Amino acid sequence: MSKENVLKVENVTMQFGGVIAVDNMNLTVDKGEIVSLIGPNGAGKTTAFNVITGVYAPTNGAVYFKGDKIIENHPQGKMKKLYQGENPVMYTGHHALAPTPDKITGMGIARTFQNIRLFKSQTVFENILIAKHLRRTSNIFTATFRLNAKEEARMRAESEELLRLMELEDVRDELATSLPYGKQRHLEIARALATKPELLLLDEPAAGMNPQETLELTQFIGRIRDEFGLTIFMIEHHMDLVMEISDRIYVLDFGKPIAEGTPEEVRNNPRVIEAYLGGAQDE
Amino acid sequence: MSTKTKAVWNVGLIAALLGLLFLLEQVLPSGSMLFTVLKKGAIYALVAVSMNLLNGFTGLFSLGQAGFMLLGAYTYAILTIPVESRHSVYQYFDGGIIQFALPVPVALIAGGIVAAVFAYLIGLPVLRLKSDYLAIATLGFAEIIRAVFQWDKLGPLTNGSNLLRNFPSFKSVLYPFVVAGICIALIVMLINSTYGRAFKAIRDDEIAAEAMGINLARHKRLAFVISSFFAGISGGLLAMYQTTIQASMFKSAMTYEILLIVVIGGIGSVTGSCISSFLFIACSEWWLRFLDNENLYIGSFHVPFLRPGFRKVVFAVVIMVMVLFYRKGIMGTKEFSVEGVRNFFKKKLGGKRVTEGGASHE
Repeated sequence: MSKENVLKVENVTMQFGGVIAVDNMNLTVDKGEIVSLIGPNGAGKTTAFNVITGVYAPTNGAVYFKGDKIIENHPQGKMKKLYQGENPVMYTGHHALAPTPDKITGMGIARTFQNIRLFKSQTVFENILIAKHLRRTSNIFTATFRLNAKEEARMRAESEELLRLMELEDVRDELATSLPYGKQRHLEIARALATKPELLLLDEPAAGMNPQETLELTQFIGRIRDEFGLTIFMIEHHMDLVMEISDRIYVLDFGKPIAEGTPEEVRNNPRVIEAYLGGAQDE
Repeated sequence: MSTKTKAVWNVGLIAALLGLLFLLEQVLPSGSMLFTVLKKGAIYALVAVSMNLLNGFTGLFSLGQAGFMLLGAYTYAILTIPVESRHSVYQYFDGGIIQFALPVPVALIAGGIVAAVFAYLIGLPVLRLKSDYLAIATLGFAEIIRAVFQWDKLGPLTNGSNLLRNFPSFKSVLYPFVVAGICIALIVMLINSTYGRAFKAIRDDEIAAEAMGINLARHKRLAFVISSFFAGISGGLLAMYQTTIQASMFKSAMTYEILLIVVIGGIGSVTGSCISSFLFIACSEWWLRFLDNENLYIGSFHVPFLRPGFRKVVFAVVIMVMVLFYRKGIMGTKEFSVEGVRNFFKKKLGGKRVTEGGASHE
């Protein structure tokens, strides 16, 4: 492999009782790539994100970040009997590895949410400043007694800088929820960037946007990838956005990956067309 | 206004307040109702702010405040009863097991620390719960603590269900003000620090806060422990104020009083809690006392319904009305500040000037 694997998902299955939301998923995202995960509604895309960010511990499988195993789990106890996916035991002598979402963010994976989750009572600036809490060196005593003045100043300066780069300066002191929808998306991405990630997960960044806003977002995502040296993995429904900026695309249907490849390959893949258009078999 | 002028204003205001208190103390008789209200008001302001740190700023609905105050009050009392009077206080328990007395400030801080240690231990299981469930669990804990402290077997330490007395009390009305003031200042500094911002983030959206790298369990525990520490200190102050304490004082009704103060003042406003604490104590100890008088006549009219405890009914009605129609409370989530007052008057005066201008133009 010439390029460095930033994210590697290995045999991940996520099962909720009898429902297999993600079924034996394998994928890799290389450094500097923009990779999209697409699929019809209910295909398990957001569940896959939630596994990668530690919200759910997978029923089976492992996730690697920059070559290190960060998440691992295998059917145990009751799930051993109920488990319906493939590869029940791939590894031997393992132990479950299930860091909480904040640890994952600390490792350098930041995310945004499908339904925007900003800190409602805070201003735009404060929303970004909060994300700076992660990379602090102060403890509660030094912070209370203002012995961390230097660090506090650095946090504020970095947040201001980010506001400038994200073109949110003019709304700096406005309440986050009072922004127009498109700006809220920008702010959520800016807040994720404030945690200094290497891998950015975007969950439907263009949801609810009109074509003009989608176009702007497309350029925006490309720009932040270059400026921040990011790797981007995203879920998206807007095909023009996906086809425009993705280096590679994974297609998911009923929890199973059905295709992968460049936009061109995916566009012409009969299985993808079938999944999206509902199968025109009897023609 | 720059931060420097703001600081000068604040320091000036505090100095003026303390000076005024000092003067009042010289002028008025020491039994004056005003002092009762001021002392108890300061103590309740501290505990209300500590509760606000949890309920208003971190979004953890906890009702254990009376339990932590009890811990602080008992720790303070047990550690400060003079050795010579221990025999008469612990008359049923051979003078108790502790045979030393600590200075007042040390004992107050010890009270806070004991409350904080208990909060840490209770927080381990309880903070996994959310909203109402957390409230029920902490309320239950407060009741358990109260029952345990009345237990006979702990008599040598807690004097069972008997009174603790003879410990040092306030010599001046300034004492509770200074201690509560320092503690509230510390809480405000915490709220304005990066940790305070993290607490507010947890209140606004737990899932997003966690995704931003804020360790939920750790930060919730921090808020819980710190809030309990200050509740413990205010418990010690309450013991000083009451001069005698007994576990049965710290009923859940006390927590509800504090909750009432927080709600009236505005959930998420420190100054709101302070203002409403003095208002509440003034009403319950002074201004609304007449409601407890069964034989109240206006002229020759005998006012019906009044009987001991009637003012509590009034408070119950007040909280219902607040919750239904004025959920923001006095301050909402805003803070009282010199700058705010100045802007308010500026707006008023400015508005006036405009109308005047219009009038003269005609």
